[in-house]
Amino acid sequence: MSETPLLKVSGVSKFYGSRIGCQDVSFDLWPGEVLAIVGESGSGKTTLLNCLSTRLMPSAGSVEYRMRDGNFRDLYHMSEAERRFLMRTDWGFVHQNPADGLRMTVSAGANVGERLMAVGDRHYGKIRETATDWLGRVEISADRIDDQPRAFSGGMRQRLQIARNLVTGPRLVFMDEPTGGLDVSVQARLLDLVRGLVNDLGLSAIVVTHDLAVARLLSHRMMVMKDGHVIEQGLTDRVLDDPREPYTQLLVSSILQV
Amino acid sequence: MATPLVVSEVSKSFIMHLRDGIKLPVVNDVSSSVAGGECVVLGGPSGIGKSSILKMLYGNYAVDAGQILVNHREKIVDIAAADPRTIIEVRRHTMGYVSQFLRTVPRVAAVDVVAEPLVARGIDAAEAKDKAVELLARLNLPRELWSLPPATFSGGEQQRVNIARGFITSHRILLLDEPTASLDATNRRVVIEMIAAKKAEGVAMLGIFHDEEVREAVADRILDVSAFSPRKAVAA
Amino acid sequence: MSADLATYNFAYLDEQTKRMIRRAILKAIAIPGYQVPFASREMPMPYGWGTGGVQVTAAIIGPDDVLKVIDQGADDTTNAVSIRAFFQKVASVAVTTHTKDATIIQTRHRIPEQKLTEGQVLVYQVPIPEPLRFLEPRETETRKMHALEEYGLMHVKLYEDIAHNGRISKTYAYPVKVDGRYVMDPSPTPKFDNPKMHMSDALQLFGAGREKRIYAVPPHTEVVSLDFEDHPFEIQTFEQDCALCGAHGVYLDEVVLDDQGGRMFVCSDTDHCEDRRDHGHVGEMLAPNKEAAE
Ligand SMILES: Nc1ncnc2c1ncn2[C@@H]1O[C@H](COP(=O)(O)OP(=O)(O)OP(=O)(O)O)[C@@H](O)[C@H]1O
Ligand SMILES: Nc1ncnc2c1ncn2[C@@H]1O[C@H](COP(=O)(O)OP(=O)(O)O)[C@@H](O)[C@H]1O
Ligand SMILES: [Mg+2]
Ligand SMILES: [Mg+2]
Ligand SMILES: [Zn+2]
Repeated sequence: MSETPLLKVSGVSKFYGSRIGCQDVSFDLWPGEVLAIVGESGSGKTTLLNCLSTRLMPSAGSVEYRMRDGNFRDLYHMSEAERRFLMRTDWGFVHQNPADGLRMTVSAGANVGERLMAVGDRHYGKIRETATDWLGRVEISADRIDDQPRAFSGGMRQRLQIARNLVTGPRLVFMDEPTGGLDVSVQARLLDLVRGLVNDLGLSAIVVTHDLAVARLLSHRMMVMKDGHVIEQGLTDRVLDDPREPYTQLLVSSILQV
Repeated sequence: MATPLVVSEVSKSFIMHLRDGIKLPVVNDVSSSVAGGECVVLGGPSGIGKSSILKMLYGNYAVDAGQILVNHREKIVDIAAADPRTIIEVRRHTMGYVSQFLRTVPRVAAVDVVAEPLVARGIDAAEAKDKAVELLARLNLPRELWSLPPATFSGGEQQRVNIARGFITSHRILLLDEPTASLDATNRRVVIEMIAAKKAEGVAMLGIFHDEEVREAVADRILDVSAFSPRKAVAA
Repeated sequence: MSADLATYNFAYLDEQTKRMIRRAILKAIAIPGYQVPFASREMPMPYGWGTGGVQVTAAIIGPDDVLKVIDQGADDTTNAVSIRAFFQKVASVAVTTHTKDATIIQTRHRIPEQKLTEGQVLVYQVPIPEPLRFLEPRETETRKMHALEEYGLMHVKLYEDIAHNGRISKTYAYPVKVDGRYVMDPSPTPKFDNPKMHMSDALQLFGAGREKRIYAVPPHTEVVSLDFEDHPFEIQTFEQDCALCGAHGVYLDEVVLDDQGGRMFVCSDTDHCEDRRDHGHVGEMLAPNKEAAE
């Protein structure tokens, strides 16, 4: 068991004027760990995720990330160039709406290959081979490689977005409602796929969802948010089976079976 | 070798915030231990707290007070105070759990559900699958079901998948919550044999068995949970 | 005196404006391939007619300069003729069609076949200066990508080309990396001319009027066309020789001769072609044996 966290989050707060986005969030994320952030709409999940992934600058707090060389770097004090490099190599970000994370007007193959080209791969044949392999892993048939995502269903787009993010072998993936907006059977397939990939690749992931079944299936650990605060956190099974806070009990009791 | 599992003065209650915050005491001062090769059976009437004890041991329920000491890779871990990733680690390598009901994962074939705990330990997928097939065959699960997701299986079929999944690893501690409840006599006997084999391997087991035949066959000792019930006066 | 007042300032633009443009040019030379914004002025011609190039030329031209203007390689097209006339009128400079005699060559589309020399300036008229534009419409984002040297997208475009056509089919505005740093669009030059930009002895200036950008490649600067290891950059080759002067390995234009499908290929660089013919080179069309056969 690795003895150093991958991410050290301390006192992260984000205010929109006088409104609280999220407040005073602290936790460590360990290698191979999947953390679910749950809570009702407007509770601050996306705000927190965006702060953690440096897509938003928080009003206060710090996030330290362990780089591949083993040294911790404070994300908010990195240069923008370094942060963007991290984002397209060592990290992934899966958006709820695939159109936000894909280039809709270039082929599926190029969508997957872009990160490879961005880090300097210059062999067309190898890029295409890797893209084909990844399409297979997300269950998109190889003969769709030259089609644009515009021609794909919602579920396919989401799987393409995942392949595009994982192709560089990131160590940390952020996901914002990855199954939102998909119908139930498509969701199940996607979840199963994500679960398999996360296990196989030993990824760490932070997944925002309001679906407790998704959290149960994907995550080891869970954080419950309400009004911008983390009100309860712990082992996913524990939070769902033995919720301590009144709000968490309400949340768990208001769904059928997780 | 240290005792695999020691439970010391464990108490548990639930506070029901949605029902005016009433406090529901479940168990008080549970103390016991399970030695390697021993099968201890939790006894007592329905609702007394047997499953709750197993769930605390496995980390699904929080503990109000006390310690749950597990010998994990020659180190003592207190489950009652462990952080999530330590519990995950203990589950992966040391402590298995066969729940009353299988939690099905969509689209995953029965054989892969069974093999998963081995794969999670880093064992080669093909080898894990061989072992899964062997167990499913032993439990008489019809061959045509192996490659199907268990969501549509009967209660007894699901339970056998669940047992196979729990027994596939060589975890040194195994928690069993009524694993034979919906099995027929033949398969009950298979499970009895499998438990005997685990005992012979030195596995420490703590289980709940309502079926008298099974209980007689596997129990080295019965731990009466009523003794820890804050409501024992009522229960008795 | 009063006659003077009624005329234009030298080279049409006022001195203030020329200084502003020169500052932008100096900055562009200092950062090869970087697009410098400038306050583009209204010119007495519509956008798309080379207003960016005209402003650059106007800012650098002096009374002793000799100006050549080409469009599609030709000195005699409407656009070239009118720009040349414009500078004759507003700067009274000498003009030429001979590449070797010119000190400033303003061009749209081509780089002369004859190797440019030290002291010459090639001014390009550019319609779309931003090579990343077609995949990333946000200006703020493309500027950031240049600043952070994030050029993966350029290869995405080339990848698409190969995926759909089996090869890099882009023939014009083929992206280059300048001095190992900035990716630049030499639009709308044919890729045939890209190698001529590399380590050129001449100064190359690019002006985009509508988009208000100036960029430059100083003399002796590395200019590398982007490509893949297994799909290396290559220029167009022409099977034919020039029908008029017999030149081989030059950029040819197709000329339709009649409506029976008759056509011929001739040098796109008209000065180069004339110069060769003056030196006795003869193509198939003008060959004596052909005349004899007729
Ligand atoms: N998550 C929970 N929240 C609230 N109360 C609970 C929870 N889990 C169990 N209880 C209560 O705790 C008590 C013990 O339940 P438990 O499931 O441990 O009983 P058991 O001994 O396993 O019974 P059975 O033999 O019927 O399975 C019961 O009163 C039950 O209602
Ligand atoms: N850009 C913004 N400007 C102002 N308020 C915002 C902005 N983004 C989010 N909020 C507010 O912050 C709170 C948390 O929002 P958000 O993080 O989007 O929640 P969630 O993802 O949990 O639905 C809400 O009250 C929301 O209205
Ligand atoms: Mg949200
Ligand atoms: Mg029970
Ligand atoms: Zn010619």
